[in-house]
Amino acid sequence: MDMVLDLVARTGRATLSLIRSAGALALFALAGLSHILRPPFYGRVFVRTFLETGFFSLPVVALTALFSGGVIALQSYTGFAQYHAQSAIAGIVVLAVTRELGPVLAGLMVAGRVGAAMAAQIGTMRVTDQIDALSTLSTNPMKYLVAPRLLAGMIALPLLVLVADVLGVAGGFTVAVVKLGFSPTAYITATLNSVKVMDVTVGLVKAGLFGFLITLMGCYYGYNSKGGAEGVGSATTSAVVVASILLLAFDYLITDLFFSQ
Amino acid sequence: MDQSMTSAPPKIRIRDLHKSFGDKKVLDGISLDVPQGTSFVIIGGSGSGKSVLLRCILGLMTPDSGSIEIDGEDVLAASAKRRDQLRSEIGMLFQNGALFDSLPVWENVTFGLLALNKLTRANARDKAGAILEQVGLAPSVGDLFPSELSGGMQKRVGLARAIAAQPNILFFDEPTTGLDPIMGAVIDGLIVDCVKKLGSTAIAITHDMASAQRIGDEAAMLYKGKLVWQGAAASLMDSGNDYVDQFTHGRRQGPITMELRR
Repeated sequence: MDMVLDLVARTGRATLSLIRSAGALALFALAGLSHILRPPFYGRVFVRTFLETGFFSLPVVALTALFSGGVIALQSYTGFAQYHAQSAIAGIVVLAVTRELGPVLAGLMVAGRVGAAMAAQIGTMRVTDQIDALSTLSTNPMKYLVAPRLLAGMIALPLLVLVADVLGVAGGFTVAVVKLGFSPTAYITATLNSVKVMDVTVGLVKAGLFGFLITLMGCYYGYNSKGGAEGVGSATTSAVVVASILLLAFDYLITDLFFSQ
Repeated sequence: MDQSMTSAPPKIRIRDLHKSFGDKKVLDGISLDVPQGTSFVIIGGSGSGKSVLLRCILGLMTPDSGSIEIDGEDVLAASAKRRDQLRSEIGMLFQNGALFDSLPVWENVTFGLLALNKLTRANARDKAGAILEQVGLAPSVGDLFPSELSGGMQKRVGLARAIAAQPNILFFDEPTTGLDPIMGAVIDGLIVDCVKKLGSTAIAITHDMASAQRIGDEAAMLYKGKLVWQGAAASLMDSGNDYVDQFTHGRRQGPITMELRR
């Protein structure tokens, strides 16, 4: 009997704590978003974060996109050659890249790179009283630290994904032409015929949402970290892990919403 | 305690302040008056609630109950906007400096002025140089980053940042912790000079007795969230209070028991 009660109590506590965390996160997100719209605006912080999130993630995202585009071409060739359907490769590559691989892989790379750095930086500022110091210097920390980062994430990620789309197709093109013996013009024509505005647009919408999720998690876990170096370390881990999982979950939801019919 | 008899309201008036974290009572009914222009020192061991008290006055933490008045205005009842305004009139020197490590020293020093639009970025560097000179640093220090400074220099920059907006209230959180005794005395001297020059009301929390006597006019001792003594800072070493005696002389035996377990 005690064991049953204990189990119920534990489940209840866990559920309550989950609801409380979700509520706290939602309030944090709303506060951050509302500060994006209300002055004063911290342009310098925005530019710095935008460069860090967008520009300096370019090499990582570019390489990821190139290789994954190439891999898709190679793998789908292996499959389609059995049915003499090699000509579908260009279409498969462009569809896979614009709908899924571009946004998801760019998002995961940026979560690892930028989300972690944000959580570590803001977390360190928290445990060294720098966030309290902001408050004593007439600066709202949500407005100064969180809002510009959320905005930078939401703008930088779609731009990165646009680059990833182009380079992913380029990766597929390179493998198809160099290794599989496709004619360059035929491959490009097939690509242009298969690329759909809808696919690219939904990919970019996903990217914007992913950018928001990644920066939100980085800021949230950093902002609420405590307990010195260890606290900052676990905040960083949580930020990356939770952002990655949410990113994949929302990827599924959006795909289901737009492409399920 | 005779300052409560004067007619002017105290700069800071605290009444029956309570704050707990879980089961732990950190502030247990603090009442305190800090008269205008006084340097008030609060002593007490680690975990006695000193920092929490400052954070409550600053509005970084909300007490569970009690009242805090600044110039007769109830801070806790004020709107968020008014609280921001009140906070901008308080300068704070944090225990470990809390300098923004992503910004150069000059931007740290002028951060509050820039936030209040009292200064343009073009003039900020020169202004920072002038403020740095007040705390005995060369204006060229402004171009360094906080991580390039020694502990004593970081404290000076923190002090420069706290006084930059010429606040009428100054808080010092353990200003000499982590410094050698000579540098501690230098920082204390700077603090006294700055407070005098600005005519500010100051509250310093410390467990450094030499520092407490150098900085303070008035002193009080916190123990387990309660004020156990209040009097002139000069009388700290011979207060006749058992708690203060044990603390100032660093005795192991006495009314204060160390709780090793939290």
